[in-house]
Amino acid sequence: MPRIEVDVNRCKACYLCVNACPKKCLGKSTVISKKGYFPAEMQRPQDCIGCKMCYMMCPDVAITVIKE
Amino acid sequence: MTILAKKPQSLTDVPMHYCPGCGHGIVHRLMAESFDELQIADRVIGVAPVGCGVFADDYFACDMVQGAHGRGPAIATGIKRSKPKAIVFSYQGDGDLASIGMAEIVHAAVRSENITVIFINNAIYGMTGGQMAPTTLVGQVATTAPKGRDPKLQGWPINMCEMLSQITGAKYLERVAVDTPQHVMAAKKAIKKAFENQVKGVGFSMVEVLSQCPTNWHASVDQALEFVRTQMMPQYPLGVFKDEEAR
Ligand SMILES: Cc1ncc(C[n+]2csc(CCOP(=O)(O)OP(=O)(O)O)c2C)c(N)n1
Ligand code: SF4
Ligand SMILES: [Mg+2]
Repeated sequence: MPRIEVDVNRCKACYLCVNACPKKCLGKSTVISKKGYFPAEMQRPQDCIGCKMCYMMCPDVAITVIKE
Repeated sequence: MTILAKKPQSLTDVPMHYCPGCGHGIVHRLMAESFDELQIADRVIGVAPVGCGVFADDYFACDMVQGAHGRGPAIATGIKRSKPKAIVFSYQGDGDLASIGMAEIVHAAVRSENITVIFINNAIYGMTGGQMAPTTLVGQVATTAPKGRDPKLQGWPINMCEMLSQITGAKYLERVAVDTPQHVMAAKKAIKKAFENQVKGVGFSMVEVLSQCPTNWHASVDQALEFVRTQMMPQYPLGVFKDEEAR
């Protein structure tokens, strides 16, 4: 199963990843980060296909895509 | 467990200062991925510009110089000629490259310096708060064009790839964008090629990137992507303007 990790210390909540995900897996966290943003987060992990689109759009290199 | 994608080794751990959604960070990552994949990381020397890219030396895990405004291609020339084995890049904004640095970029191309130029066209002076750039679109509002750029007053936008394509020494010129994953993949291919050319000794290579500046366009990130597509691309069509092997 592929999954992603978001580094909340790098994410600036532009949500380019949220819009890029073809499976609409990502959303906005309700927990504020130390930086003062509501980071992007995985909300529908079962739908992730590991396509890396979120990684590709992230300007802050905050996303790691992993295959278990 | 396999890592499918993560921060390339050629980037440091320093979080980037760019505004949320800014294109600069995407381009940094594509460059760093290219260094990793071409296995040139230990040979790369970069020149950071004056502009929002000014702190690029904090983000790339290679040797870097921060140059005077617009002079990146001249500095890169000096580095490359004194260290021919180094892979040298100049990273520049549109204010940096197309106004104050116009002479340096043109003559680096004329001499076909074997360097790689990454040109971030966001149609604005980002760092200084949104003044008009030579690349600002007709009608686009800037602090120094409060009613929108009027060709009668400020002339027309300048298309650097098209202009440099007239120069014999310019060997590879491509314009890309970073508004969609598909375009980001194409941008990666172009950026990697521009560095591969230098390894092969092809000569002057430049990739122009249409890059979103939500902050100074006074736009949301979504609106900024829309601006790239509907306003910038008609003026600045994507594509390869020159692709020659060295002679
Ligand atoms: C010699 C000199 N003139 C003017 C400036 C002021 N200045 C700083 S950045 C900049 C333009 C930045 O715009 P651009 O190159 O498009 O980069 P961006 O911030 O948009 O990425 C200017 C005019 C300066 N620092 N040095
Ligand atoms: S001002 Fe524009 S170009 Fe500069 S970091 Fe912000 S979004 Fe990017
Ligand atoms: Mg600019």
